[in-house]
Amino acid sequence: MSPVLRVRDLRVRFGGFEAVKGVSFDLAAGRALGVVGESGSGKSTLAMSLLRLTEGAETTGEIRAGETDVLAAPKAELRRLRGGRIAMVFQDPLSSLDPYLRVGDQIAEVYRAHTGATRRAARAKAVEVLDRVGIPDAARRARAYPHEFSGGMRQRALIAMALALRPRILIADEPTTALDVTVQAQLLDLLGDLRAATGMALLLVSHDVGVVAGNVDEVLVMRDGEAVEHGPVGTVLRAPRAGYTRELLAAVPRMDAPRTAAPTPGEPLLRVTDLRREFVLGPPLRRRAVPAVDGVTFDVRRGETLGIVGESGSGKSTLARLLVRLLEPTSGRVVFDGRDLAGLPERRLRPLRRDLQLVFQDPGASLNPRRTVGDSIAEPLRVHGEPDPGGAARALMERVGLDPRRARDYPHEFSGGQRQRIGIARALALRPRLLVCDEPVTSLDVSTQAQVLELLTDLRHEFDLTLVFVSHDLAVVRQVSDRVAVMRHGKIVELAGTDALFESPEHPYTRELLAAVPTLDPRIPHGRGGALEAPI
Amino acid sequence: MTLLDTELAPGAEPARKVPLRGRQTWRRLRADRPAMAGLAIVASMIVVALAAPLLCALEGQDPTTFHSGLLDSARGGVPHGAFGGMSGDHWLGVEPGTGRDVFARVVHGARVSLAVALGATVLELLVGIAIGLGAGLGGRRADAVLSRLIELSLAFPPFLLALALMAIVPQSVPRPLLLACVLTAVNWGSVARVTRNQAMALRGRDHVAAARLSGARPARIAVREILPGLAAPLLVLAALKVPANMISEAGLSFLGAGVRPPTPSWGQMLSTATTWFRTDPAYVIIPGALLFTTLLACTLLADGVRRAVDPRWNGRS
Amino acid sequence: MIWYLLRRLAAAAVVLLALSAIVYALFYLSPGDPAVLACGRGCDGERLALTREKLGLDDPVHLQYWHFLEGLVAGRDYSAGPDVDHCAAPCLGYSFQTDQPVTTMLLDRLPVSASLAAGAAALALPLGVSAGLLSALRRGRLTERVMTGVTLLGFATPVFLIGLVLLMVFCAYLQWLPFPAYVPLTESPARWAQNLVLPWVALALIQAAVYARITRAGALETLVEDHVRTFRAYGLRERQVIRRHALRGALIPLITLTALEVAQVMTAAVLTETMFGLPGIGKLTVESVNSVDLPVVVGVTVLAGTVVVVANTVADLLHAAADPRVKLA
Repeated sequence: MSPVLRVRDLRVRFGGFEAVKGVSFDLAAGRALGVVGESGSGKSTLAMSLLRLTEGAETTGEIRAGETDVLAAPKAELRRLRGGRIAMVFQDPLSSLDPYLRVGDQIAEVYRAHTGATRRAARAKAVEVLDRVGIPDAARRARAYPHEFSGGMRQRALIAMALALRPRILIADEPTTALDVTVQAQLLDLLGDLRAATGMALLLVSHDVGVVAGNVDEVLVMRDGEAVEHGPVGTVLRAPRAGYTRELLAAVPRMDAPRTAAPTPGEPLLRVTDLRREFVLGPPLRRRAVPAVDGVTFDVRRGETLGIVGESGSGKSTLARLLVRLLEPTSGRVVFDGRDLAGLPERRLRPLRRDLQLVFQDPGASLNPRRTVGDSIAEPLRVHGEPDPGGAARALMERVGLDPRRARDYPHEFSGGQRQRIGIARALALRPRLLVCDEPVTSLDVSTQAQVLELLTDLRHEFDLTLVFVSHDLAVVRQVSDRVAVMRHGKIVELAGTDALFESPEHPYTRELLAAVPTLDPRIPHGRGGALEAPI
Repeated sequence: MTLLDTELAPGAEPARKVPLRGRQTWRRLRADRPAMAGLAIVASMIVVALAAPLLCALEGQDPTTFHSGLLDSARGGVPHGAFGGMSGDHWLGVEPGTGRDVFARVVHGARVSLAVALGATVLELLVGIAIGLGAGLGGRRADAVLSRLIELSLAFPPFLLALALMAIVPQSVPRPLLLACVLTAVNWGSVARVTRNQAMALRGRDHVAAARLSGARPARIAVREILPGLAAPLLVLAALKVPANMISEAGLSFLGAGVRPPTPSWGQMLSTATTWFRTDPAYVIIPGALLFTTLLACTLLADGVRRAVDPRWNGRS
Repeated sequence: MIWYLLRRLAAAAVVLLALSAIVYALFYLSPGDPAVLACGRGCDGERLALTREKLGLDDPVHLQYWHFLEGLVAGRDYSAGPDVDHCAAPCLGYSFQTDQPVTTMLLDRLPVSASLAAGAAALALPLGVSAGLLSALRRGRLTERVMTGVTLLGFATPVFLIGLVLLMVFCAYLQWLPFPAYVPLTESPARWAQNLVLPWVALALIQAAVYARITRAGALETLVEDHVRTFRAYGLRERQVIRRHALRGALIPLITLTALEVAQVMTAAVLTETMFGLPGIGKLTVESVNSVDLPVVVGVTVLAGTVVVVANTVADLLHAAADPRVKLA
């Protein structure tokens, strides 16, 4: 069977920088190809260049979509190709629809541009495809604006736009990266269904090997603009040939990886009782208190790592900040080592600060861009009047795997992973007893992520730390935690030992979450089988 | 939640994510040719202003002496000779009607123009930063009060208010100082707003939270974590304020509410010129060209500073 | 939406009230004697005493301000014995120098200022917006550089300088136009326009430069937005992508920003009217400042503040109507 998309020796160059360096592949009708790679691997540029959407880039090689030579196509033909033959779904569903126009009108507009249908027919078509992608009450929702849709629904709407034109190929560039794991599972299911029903080919671009694994037939691994490995998904995942693929797969946290036995739990170091935090939202006169953390109770035992998982909006980050008293609780108690932090004024809290530290999600934002990293690490020591803060900072840098001679460099001169190491060094400077980590590896590439997690595990023993590890990523939490709490809508729905929770979850929401996690096993298309009543 | 609600205004400035790094900013400014041309002109104007008495001594004239002998009384007081009476004694001619030396008046006018523009800018920054910091860092109640005050000050049309104020202020104070103070009184709001919003934005940043976690006191956090972050937007704003204040001074003097004779000012000379431009065009062209060149130079420099501080800036004012 | 509307209007009312109080305090409680300032230069002792009594300056401050507000709503009488000056609502004050209510004086001058502002806006908006768009869409080409340069000139030049140059060139040197002298529209539309051409052009050039800068910035911002890319990726013509999806995003912010420019426009209008000798509100302001006619100065300041507040409120409401996202707020 002749391929619907044939790419040969594709090169994309921005000025002196070659983002894609000679990639070739075929894509047959009804098949799916996954493109995986870390940030900067050129995978998104590759996707964009297939429709000649890379502005200011010089593209060479061959892209053939059916009979069309994409790189040589005149404007009119390119327009027919875009959307009509190859449609695209983008990463950020928040910004990829026009905020000023109704969702249905946007789909109708694109449909009319390609088919010349009447306004009325186009509108009917928009409702039809919105219904097809699982938007409930599509006729009414077609009249809504994008901001009235949730992230998952916006992404469905974009898929509907593609679907209306019956393209031969759908390119999905990180389509689920901005979404929660349960929503992700539903969207991936939708893409699979549509592929089976319409016979269109799918090019799925993702940084997440798990997302690609269960949803494609072939996989192409990219690194620095090159395709380092290309083959059937089962072969690549089970018996990778390229060294880089092996490293990448080894770094992915797995739900089935063996775990070391939990240490014997100590007595509670931190006791949280009925903790609540409300935020006052809305315009004046209509202000209302919205609880972000809605009455949680748990203990953190000396020496253990407590994982806290939840999807966006579950209140887990608010909880992290309440534990170290960056936020003041609305009510409830946070008893650390026998003292209630909840009501303490900042002045009385200050001496206790050295025992409670936080590692932030975004290492870029948590370091002052105007101060050298050595200065930032030494700051807590200086505040507490410790001797030789500079020397201690350099020693800490060395301990977290950084060259202490770089103490005089500024944060922007370091990579994301290095910056997170700096953040950890600063948090450890005062030798805290409790370290709260708020999504510490979320903004990092998977291989960097593995290294930072390893560092945290080492330091935990060396510094005799008690850890609270907050993350949306179940596999990561499973890897590092002794016990895990699952949060939803500001409440803890389940709290249990890690093995117990992952092997025999009791709460239906925990089960739903676990079912939605992508696995590396290509034989299990994830999300299927899990009873997901609620549409996105 | 009133008119000038920055959260809703789409033109509102988001917190600058690009930190100000002195050397890098200066390097980018150096590479910006229009900005450097502007800087050269502004610098030479400052030199001229500072050296005004010296330059007048060199010419041998002063800005206030009447030379009625050089005027053609038959033509209503237009200077004798071409180009407004330019000669070896009077390099740029003499003023129609009075015969005062134009060169001496424009170089002294540069003093007034620059002194008022720079003085008002400095005062606006001082007042605006103080109030903005009070609102941004002083706690919820201080913010509620000061923010309303800032909003109110921004609801006034500044030039009209300045014009009105010039009618009631005491006449005994030196006019240039008065002008700087009145311009400050009507213009501090924008500095305060930028300072407050930026301080608020910085306060929510993680590195400030990290400083709190390290046990630093509020004063230390303000000085070490927040103040440095204000430098970039305030530098940009200050650069824009200089030409704006210069235009205001010229405008007020043009309307007769600014600097009063015999103190010379470009705006005031242009105001006189409105009655003479038919017969003595040179008298329009000289102060006009100077004012225009200086304003253009200041604007070029201000745009350059903006580009240097934030390379992604695309012209939003 | 209705809540949003009510909230905006309530906020505007509060600002207006505070604004009037500040203006009142600023001018009637200033270190100078308000009676002297209201009476004007060359005022004798007897008239001064009369003015003081009429203004009620011996009353407590809050009562004075209350009378001022009362005058705004219901009109008021300035009386000293048998001598009564009536000032109908909305009374912004009474000019004892010209023996007229300030409101009447402002209304008399309004047509001139309105003619000037409307004509200039009609020229400036299309000119500025199209120049801004052109320079954004022709990025990196000669058009952009020329547009940016011209805009910068308009941005950096005081309006009275432009006016002066226009007068010199078109009236004195080329003699294509008469020196402007205001002719009411009702008298002769042709001569009305002929006399206003130069003021319009002068004011419009300044305004157009501002609009051009704002539009250019907005367009450059929206042209790189993700949703614009979406419609490009779905095969829409570039023209349609720009017209339907980029322009809207670029022009909606213009509503709010135009309102923010109202104060600047007023400044330019005052200077333009004085420059061209147009007997509008701006010229009245300058005259009252120079003759120290306090009630008129206060009246104009309150009026100007009101115009700014109203413009901002209207712009916010228009913006809310144009941008579906605002209704949530």
